[in-house]
Amino acid sequence: MNCSDSEILLNALIDGELDAGHARDVEKHVAACSACAEKLTEIRDLHHAVSAAGLKMTAPAHLRVRIEKALPLPTARVIAPRKFFQTSRRTFFGGFAVGTALSAALAASLVLTVVGTDQQQTIANEVVSAHIRSLQAGHLIDVETSDQHTVKPWFNGKLDVAPPVVDLTAQGFRLLGGRLDYIDGESVASVVYQRRKHIINLFVAQRLGASHASTRIEAIQGYNVRHWSEAGLDFWAVSDIAPDELSEFGQRMVAALHPAGSS
Amino acid sequence: MTGDGNGEHDTARRFRDAALPYLDDVYSLARYLMRNPADAEDAAQECYVRALRHFDSYRGPAMKPWLLTILRNVCNAEFARRRKQETPTDFSEHETAAEELPIWQEPMSSPESTMVRRQDGDTIRRLVAELPQPFREAIVLREINDLSYHEIAEVAGVPVGTVMSRLARARSMLRAAWNGAEGAMP
Repeated sequence: MNCSDSEILLNALIDGELDAGHARDVEKHVAACSACAEKLTEIRDLHHAVSAAGLKMTAPAHLRVRIEKALPLPTARVIAPRKFFQTSRRTFFGGFAVGTALSAALAASLVLTVVGTDQQQTIANEVVSAHIRSLQAGHLIDVETSDQHTVKPWFNGKLDVAPPVVDLTAQGFRLLGGRLDYIDGESVASVVYQRRKHIINLFVAQRLGASHASTRIEAIQGYNVRHWSEAGLDFWAVSDIAPDELSEFGQRMVAALHPAGSS
Repeated sequence: MTGDGNGEHDTARRFRDAALPYLDDVYSLARYLMRNPADAEDAAQECYVRALRHFDSYRGPAMKPWLLTILRNVCNAEFARRRKQETPTDFSEHETAAEELPIWQEPMSSPESTMVRRQDGDTIRRLVAELPQPFREAIVLREINDLSYHEIAEVAGVPVGTVMSRLARARSMLRAAWNGAEGAMP
């Protein structure tokens, strides 16, 4: 190595881009050449100054929202049940085969169901907000343990329900712990699971919604929400894992509760 | 009922999981290339929309350099469009307009005691922003986006040797400008 081409090699040395052999050569040269040693110090100082300057920027929140909106997922969040209601309604109102009284009754029940769905929707949105809050505020877990027998008693006396806590580690959903949260003005239990690097909040409450009990899954703000009812309890699982994985989680939960008979 | 997990939906989800974590990187590079927040935001959004369109055929490299390559193409296309549309104004090599526009608008929330370092930071940002495009791009990809020489070469579409000389050149220009700026301070 000679001094004329040292500048590029000194930069590469600082960037950690030289293999061991070349790095040794350059260091040997620098040890013997005061001009290059000085240059190396200057380059290193500049590199540190640039790193310390914190040039990386944080994308503004509104940009994130804008981009999320521009990507198709949120627009694709037509929920299956609602789609069903809409098509049914069109069929009912469009067809003459159904008697007036009957169609009126059906229409009334449809309105009720739709209203019910809207209320569910509000709660689903709140559940997602609670999930996001739990990730942002660094308050994911009140009681941290992978032992279901620690989590379950912890909720005793804090809530008017006894949320079932099941260890699903063997099924790929690690139990992290539990937390108290608030949804729709009510205290609810959240049992926290982890799937790979993704967090699942399982909210459990006595009656978060109406009596609507059918299992459904939907996407809200990029999160998937699976809702089902079981033994007088409402379950809302929220996570950024894929819908089929979240469904698997729900099914494992139900399966784990039933044969064991715990609740 | 298990959701409407059609293929398009899954692709969109996988894309978001893989690509959105790099939004700060994309936005930072966009700011240094486009030089104002509004254009940077447009470019970042266009980058994500295009990336999703090509996500099905994405086989690597790593997600970050892939996104930054797309972003760079978006910015270049925009500059080309403007050049064609109008006589160019302020995005030539001579960045006189850059001095008038405060392109760093983030409030600097540093305690008083770090005043000196803060000023250093401001100066360095300005000096980086004033570098001519190829050098600015190289230094940003290296120091901010933390890419390897090889990745920078891929993003910029030049040989690794060119990346090395651009980086060396960029640092030497920065050093010269920095010494000048320091000398000019009271």
